[in-house]
Amino acid sequence: MKSISLDRSLGWAVTLAVAAFLIGPVVLSVLAGLTKNYFVGLSSGLTLRWVAEVWSLYADTIGRSLWIALLTLIVVTALGVPLAWVFTVHPGHISRALEELLTLPVAVPGLATALALVVSWGTAGSLRGSALFIVIGHVLFTLPFMVRAARASMAGAGLDVLDEAAATLGASRMQRFLGVIVPNAIPGIASGALTVLTLSVGEFNLTWLLHTPLTKTLPVGLADSYASMRLEIASAYTLVFLLMLLPLLVGVQWLARPSRRAAPSPSSST
Amino acid sequence: MRRGGWMMLAVPAAVVFVAFWLLPMARLAVMGAQPVEGRSAYWVVLTHGAYWRSLFNTVALSLGATVATLMVAVPVARFLAMHRQFPGRSVLVGMLTFPLAFPGVVVGFLVILLAGRQGIIASLSQAVTGERWMFAYGMAGLFVGYLYFSLPRAIGVLTAAAEKIDPAILEAAQTLGARPWRRFIDIELPALRAALGGAGAMSFATSMGAFGTVFTLGTQIDVLPMTIYNEFTNYANLSVAAALSIVLGLTTWSVLYAAQAWAGGRPGGAA
Amino acid sequence: MAGPTVAPRGTFSLFFDMTPSVSISLRACAKTWPGGTRALYPVDLTVAGGEVLALLGPSGCGKTTLLRLVCGLERPDPGARIFFGEQDVTDLPAPSRGVGVVFQNYALFPNMSVLDNVAYGLRVRDIPRDRRLARARDMLALVRLESYAQRHVDQLSGGQRQRVALARALAIEPRVLLLDEPLTALDAKLREHVRVELAQMLRTLGITTLIVTHDQDEAMMLGDRIAVMSAGRIEQVGSAEQLYRHPDTPFVAEFLGDLCRFHGALDDGFLVPGTQALACRPHEIELIADPSTAARRLLHCTVTARYFLGERIRLAMTTEDGQSLHVSVPADCGIV
Repeated sequence: MKSISLDRSLGWAVTLAVAAFLIGPVVLSVLAGLTKNYFVGLSSGLTLRWVAEVWSLYADTIGRSLWIALLTLIVVTALGVPLAWVFTVHPGHISRALEELLTLPVAVPGLATALALVVSWGTAGSLRGSALFIVIGHVLFTLPFMVRAARASMAGAGLDVLDEAAATLGASRMQRFLGVIVPNAIPGIASGALTVLTLSVGEFNLTWLLHTPLTKTLPVGLADSYASMRLEIASAYTLVFLLMLLPLLVGVQWLARPSRRAAPSPSSST
Repeated sequence: MRRGGWMMLAVPAAVVFVAFWLLPMARLAVMGAQPVEGRSAYWVVLTHGAYWRSLFNTVALSLGATVATLMVAVPVARFLAMHRQFPGRSVLVGMLTFPLAFPGVVVGFLVILLAGRQGIIASLSQAVTGERWMFAYGMAGLFVGYLYFSLPRAIGVLTAAAEKIDPAILEAAQTLGARPWRRFIDIELPALRAALGGAGAMSFATSMGAFGTVFTLGTQIDVLPMTIYNEFTNYANLSVAAALSIVLGLTTWSVLYAAQAWAGGRPGGAA
Repeated sequence: MAGPTVAPRGTFSLFFDMTPSVSISLRACAKTWPGGTRALYPVDLTVAGGEVLALLGPSGCGKTTLLRLVCGLERPDPGARIFFGEQDVTDLPAPSRGVGVVFQNYALFPNMSVLDNVAYGLRVRDIPRDRRLARARDMLALVRLESYAQRHVDQLSGGQRQRVALARALAIEPRVLLLDEPLTALDAKLREHVRVELAQMLRTLGITTLIVTHDQDEAMMLGDRIAVMSAGRIEQVGSAEQLYRHPDTPFVAEFLGDLCRFHGALDDGFLVPGTQALACRPHEIELIADPSTAARRLLHCTVTARYFLGERIRLAMTTEDGQSLHVSVPADCGIV
């Protein structure tokens, strides 16, 4: 009996310590972004002044990150959902190998992918200086997640059988794809979409090499502020970022709850 | 039923992937073979002291952080698997998984808040010992950063595996005479083998390729991603940067692949 | 005495002579869950050394809880005492009690081969490798699975897993053997076959055994005595015959064997119309085709359905006052 309670209290202790380690700094950061003066501490009072300054300095990065994420989502959905269907219809070694190939941009450090892009496409005139360059990087990084999520949904719903049924009823391929396949794969697509948005908003490794001073994203701005701004502004900026992430993460968790098995959770660039 | 007609749907994705990743990567690989000081950049990268040291540092740090992550994550996973319901559990789990989506830069910043010049540890240590302890800006800080972003995923994967263990086999081991430590070594750890491999590989690969974290903590820390960045941006050593990237990419990919193979090896490895 | 399917007695009398069979005594053993629910009311029970006792009852009656108290996986409420022979084991944790347990779903270790599973209890006791593997092989021979030693558990059928679980429990030379619903997870045809084998094996082994089951045929076949349980209490303990012929309570009467309940009256052994509540076994009713042979007004019944069951014929009958009865008569009785 003694050993069981030792076991249990050790488990409690480690778990609480880890939770404190993980969330403590986050709380600290949130507070720092809302305190008048970090060095004096909470007694100096709370303020939204730093958040306002962040907005005036970095509002463009927030907007840009959002619409890059949106554009990435549109492209990834347009590319990935049809691809997922092709994989579903042709299950086998080749499909699996190709899916593995698709995840290479995730397995390989973002730095390498970005370097390859810059070296090969960096001289393509206006592309290099536009946000589209960043979108391309994000698409490569998030595509496997959408494909996996959509595929899981398609396999689960037995769509290949439904498709055959529709075909025997006379529907054309396009009709079947848009009318039967896509609507039934919505759960997986939705989950994949949230994952893609989360990953894109938080992407740094790729983006740092792909950006220009005119195409800064939120994480790029964050790096900038960590290097050059005072602690309170950096913290406030981080707070804004976390607030943007929170609804996306909650959405992913909610969609991934046990009753619906859709897609794996995201891993961001580190 | 002719299935070939669907192939057209794969073309857009294939074109994008080949044009923007496959071919550029191939070009990068070729660039890495270009001569630097008379020898192929790959050769230089794998033999030159400075680069070798950088590679060694990165591997050692990532390995250490991975081992530490697993050692910390296992008790947490066991705890969560043993206590499936208690008030506040979802809040606790939320706290443990929230950092999953943090980019490396944010993790670096949080490490600075924890262990930097004005960090909480510095303030605490000053109150206790009169000296400010700060270790955020070097290898130690990077280690803490690696731990920070590896723990949430490791805990998630290991908890899922621990929850799958049939409690009856632990009871069976009990009745056969096995005390708690014995049960842990003989029954629980083997059941977690696949999850340990997967979580460990993920942690190692992500640490190896972590750029944002290093970038925030200090551009002088001698790890591969930083070296690659410096070679490219500051020294315009394209072929060396390319060679290093390819080496790094191959290493992380092969670790992930090997872990997958090892984990998927035995059918029904996890209870 | 040992049939062709069980290894001859000599093989393990050498083995089990070393552990004389020990009795189990439970005094005032109760179990209350933290929320306040009573799984078991204070129970006194004695199992003689070498005896096989079946705990029989519907789900929720507390039989599994009782089993877990005996093997030490649960602690009884304060005031309870559990004895193995002369030794008070109440405070001994499960790993130290020396009980062999076969779990309902067998709980075989998935990461080990069949041989390693069986040898695990010996490994934990730090018995040297050669000796423990040899003993494990003996145990596998006992359950006729020697050729499966290197297989992995997911390659075995349900019946084979059950045998491995048994071999594993026996390998540690337990003083007490506990079986939790040993046949429930098997399909019907296999169950009958295994039941016979298991009964023979238990008699040959001579270890004090407790079996938990909800199946009365299993209890009657495997147990020397049966303890019928309901809602956390033991209703009656006795041999199968005692319980069947002389049930103490209506629950026992209904649970063990078929029961016929109706209203009537008994007049010198004849069944006549009446208002008394009566109960009897279906085969205890004798049918009289020609009522005039009796000297009184008998209860008249009509046969509404007839089922031929091989040895016996089962009849669904309706009495003149609208009650339903079912009666079981020998197939060659000549009346129906």
